[in-house]
Amino acid sequence: MANPPTKPAAGRAGMKKELPEHFKAYRHVWVYVEVERGRVHPVSWELMGEGRKLADKLGVELAAVVLGAKSPELKQVVRQTYHYGADICYICEDATLAEYRNQPYTRALTDLVNTHKPEILLLGATTLGRDLAGSVATTLKTGLTADSTELDVDDEKSLAATRPTFGGTLLCTIHTLNFRPQMATVRPRVMAMPEPDTTRSGRMVWHTLGMNEADIVTKVLDFVADAASNKANLAYADIVVAGGMGLQNPQNFELVKRLAATLGGEYGCSRPVVQKGWMPAERQIGQTGNTIRPKLYIAAGISGAIQHRVGVEGSDLIVAINTDPNAKIFEFAHLGIVADALTVLPALTDAFARRLGVRALAS
Amino acid sequence: MHIVVCIKQVPDSAQIRVHPVTNTIMRQGVPTIINPYDLFALEEAMRLRDEFGGRVTVLCMGPPMAEDALRRALGLGADQAVLITDRRFAGSDTLATSFALATALETLGKEHPIDIVFTGKQTIDGDTAQVGPGIACRLELNQLTYVAAIDSLDKAKGEIVARRRAEGGVQVLKSKLPCLITMLEGANTLRRGSVQDMLRAARAKVTVWSAEDAGVGDLLKCGLRGSPTVVKKVFAPQPREEPAEMVAVEGKTPAQIGDAILDLVFARQPKLEAELTA
Repeated sequence: MANPPTKPAAGRAGMKKELPEHFKAYRHVWVYVEVERGRVHPVSWELMGEGRKLADKLGVELAAVVLGAKSPELKQVVRQTYHYGADICYICEDATLAEYRNQPYTRALTDLVNTHKPEILLLGATTLGRDLAGSVATTLKTGLTADSTELDVDDEKSLAATRPTFGGTLLCTIHTLNFRPQMATVRPRVMAMPEPDTTRSGRMVWHTLGMNEADIVTKVLDFVADAASNKANLAYADIVVAGGMGLQNPQNFELVKRLAATLGGEYGCSRPVVQKGWMPAERQIGQTGNTIRPKLYIAAGISGAIQHRVGVEGSDLIVAINTDPNAKIFEFAHLGIVADALTVLPALTDAFARRLGVRALAS
Repeated sequence: MHIVVCIKQVPDSAQIRVHPVTNTIMRQGVPTIINPYDLFALEEAMRLRDEFGGRVTVLCMGPPMAEDALRRALGLGADQAVLITDRRFAGSDTLATSFALATALETLGKEHPIDIVFTGKQTIDGDTAQVGPGIACRLELNQLTYVAAIDSLDKAKGEIVARRRAEGGVQVLKSKLPCLITMLEGANTLRRGSVQDMLRAARAKVTVWSAEDAGVGDLLKCGLRGSPTVVKKVFAPQPREEPAEMVAVEGKTPAQIGDAILDLVFARQPKLEAELTA
């Protein structure tokens, strides 16, 4: 062993990286492209944009991994992977992959990694991506960083994955030094959606799964699609208004909803509001809730903890209303108002209603 | 049925404070709780036990003080509690944690074979959702994550039907025991522990295992040494380079403040104004 076993473990972060010989052949950046019922989850394209940057920085290729049952839609997805930046598309078509199940998907992705040896593997932090990434990383006995909010490669070509830590109170940067591939998941909307280039093309590499339906224990009996009407679409809304503990009680969230309705936007809240039971979890904005990238984000009575900041930083314009001039939210807002949200929200709603109403009548 | 619920003791996140200068967590005096998501797992486990018979064991990895969390679970109605605690587990990432827990589960299963392992969907301090799948993978348990409801359980056939939260809908899955289930929030309502359970919990003995007691043979797979990930730095983000433009509020009526904000919003986002008034 290079290091005597008595060396204190705490020194590991500064330890010189010595990648074991058998990992040195691991090259290229991979993105798992999540396809469910013929549709690609947008987070996969967001990751392709990010993966392209990492691959260019490393001087390697970007590959997409597409798993599913044989269908015309899947062929279309393969073409799209090139448009979003893939040089290679690894594809595994098998009837057992028609719907997501942990067992065959873990097998397919693990086999592909073991065969083609990527240095970086990125997945969306969706219910599917997290289910799959945890199994694949454990099977491969490698490092996996969840919910990364920033990805980069350092001078030693090691993946630096930054994420909130300690319940979202600080950020930390995590590396997988001596194992490959270096794996990370990223939540939807954290990375910007790249523009597809329909002139791009790439090469396709086939993979055979070699599993029978009889080998797979879990069966999908049914898929019950969510009713479209009652779902909040915070992540993709152009305008979002959210309230925090500064609103003092659940009734005052009517003020947030009214402003959102006036602007034709969505409403949301900070994490403590959900923990208090004032709003359902689907309305939560921040690292463990929805990441948003609206054109306008109005935060009322929200202090701006790191776990909230990472979920809203992609917004074009952040307007913060808070009585505390030292609130963290003013460190990343574009416009700040030191005042009581309970007074400002109705005034702002009236101002917008007047302006939009007048314009609407005039046109 | 032998059902094991893996729980974690976490700091009450509402009360975590960061030292403004050193960027370290100030742990002193921060109360600890059972990870809230794990309570949905515990309740579901107890519900199955009450219906099908058997026992619920709660398993926790953590410092010696995590015994409090296990005692609380006993007070809520769990039958047996095991704490695996060892300095050599310190610094474990999710891969090393799933190794230690999976090994302890194997040891527990030798006494009474385990039918179902439950965990919460994730913890509120790490938020990774990786340990559950890690355990399932190591023990080759059928993995059912983000379960919103268990529709049915056929003990004789060893079959289970569960509803799993997926993107854009719910998968109804039929699987077999033994399995690992990570429970979604809101899946059930936690019972209040009975007086008998509270009294029993106060007197009950929490089994405390070292790495060796838990059956861990390879200590290189534990703690920092068994963790492929390395935290290189912990930091607070810098304020945005361009500071926020503060809207003057002094001596203004709410209506004037409202107009001032609106003018600044539209000045910075002229396209938005056009879209809204279109």
